[in-house]
Amino acid sequence: MTDLFSKFDPLIQMRTDLLSTGVTDPFGLVMEKVISPTVAMCNGRETILLGTYNYMGMTFDPDVIAAGKQALDDFGSGTTGSRVLNGTYAGHKAVEQALCDFYAMDHAMVFSTGYQANLGIISTIAGKGDYIILDIDSHASIWDGCKMGDAEVVPFKHNDIEAMEKRLKRIPEGAGILVVLEGVYSMLGDIAPLKEMIAVAKKYGAMVLVDEAHSMGFIGPNGRGVAEEQGVLDQVDFVIGTFSKSVGTVGGFCVSNHPKFEIMRLVCRPYVFTASLPPSVVATAATSVRKLMHAADKRAHLWENSRVLHGGLRERGFKLGTETPQSAIISVIMPDLERGAAMWEALLHEGLYVNLARPPATPAGMTLLRCSLCAAHSAEQVQTIIGMFERAGKKVGII
Amino acid sequence: MDRAATSEKIAALIEPFNKKGIAISDATSFAGDLEFDSLTVMDFVAAIEDEFDIIISMNQQAEIETYGQLVDAVVKLKG
Ligand SMILES: Cc1ncc(COP(=O)(O)O)c(C=O)c1O
Repeated sequence: MTDLFSKFDPLIQMRTDLLSTGVTDPFGLVMEKVISPTVAMCNGRETILLGTYNYMGMTFDPDVIAAGKQALDDFGSGTTGSRVLNGTYAGHKAVEQALCDFYAMDHAMVFSTGYQANLGIISTIAGKGDYIILDIDSHASIWDGCKMGDAEVVPFKHNDIEAMEKRLKRIPEGAGILVVLEGVYSMLGDIAPLKEMIAVAKKYGAMVLVDEAHSMGFIGPNGRGVAEEQGVLDQVDFVIGTFSKSVGTVGGFCVSNHPKFEIMRLVCRPYVFTASLPPSVVATAATSVRKLMHAADKRAHLWENSRVLHGGLRERGFKLGTETPQSAIISVIMPDLERGAAMWEALLHEGLYVNLARPPATPAGMTLLRCSLCAAHSAEQVQTIIGMFERAGKKVGII
Repeated sequence: MDRAATSEKIAALIEPFNKKGIAISDATSFAGDLEFDSLTVMDFVAAIEDEFDIIISMNQQAEIETYGQLVDAVVKLKG
């Protein structure tokens, strides 16, 4: 018998080697108690959370919680069915309407996760003979959507407008084209030059999908994302988003003005062949999305946090993923996985949780400590965080 | 362009990516012999695409493991 698991041996070895240095497993952390959007108990210690995607701090919003509890009482714990059969409740329609209002778009389709939204939309709209042109640093869910479909998949170098245009130019006359971009790239926290890229895509007759998972609620005048910020949202054919970050619950969606968009509900398999979100989840999401429409103060504070942390870490000699703070993600580049894991652990001992990201999720084989800020981090917490980084960085010998 | 001329051009394009100076034959494999990682593959494919003004999609790349297969694919794509 060939052991089907032997293909994982190199990874198992790498993990064994790393853990044998005595470092705490960076992928085995348990939050024993969650005190607020920014504080939890980990290993019995109160820990500041700087590695969640809770950008707008909505997880403990009293209105959001109340809506969820009410829906649990009124509609029960789950739908036990697909959206197209018995799984569409009033709450599912209400959250789709909230998204239409949030984005000022005609159609919204809610999936059980953002991962499934990318998987479903991309694999369904780009079929045999069509071309998908995408950034090489695209999220796994985008790649998996490409893999699941039958289109020709053509990547280009990250944020490289010229490389994208060269590929568009060579596509055979008459073929359907889907250009897939992200507003914020979550590994380095950098944004895309969407205005220029979308102009090029349109010049070659492509339809454009933008994943705005990491921008919802705080980038753009109405929090609609990077495309709105750059004034080109009206040229985006499909926006993909998630409830698992700024919205503070779970679920994914696609919004669009395409006149035929509703047919997706019948042909998109990751929408049809899975159970719909529980009533409490769509109720919390709808309440949160509506509150995000009026969150100017929180937005301003989140940006302030991002600027202060970026400036503070840079000043102390850390190497960061972007020259300027471009989003709520500040990525600290580690020299290698060993020192990255050591730094991660030192920070945890200081009482700070960040994300350790390593290949293949990261570009160019980098090891990153990803910090994501929250509108609920106080100015004082951000200063505390900078102090923790400084002490940990010196202890591990990174600065 | 015939196969020999195409092969010659591709051989020249491999040069900067062939860090260990491996001798190239039709049987040379990109992953195994040349040890190309995914980033190198992207840059190398872009160089080939620009030289011949073609697209080699990921779907097509999945079928190409060796130098000889790449030359054949480029000849075919150039028609
Ligand atoms: C760019 C991007 N798209 C999609 C997703 C998937 O979102 P979800 O957590 O809702 O599956 C993520 C989150 O990991 C993401 O970063």
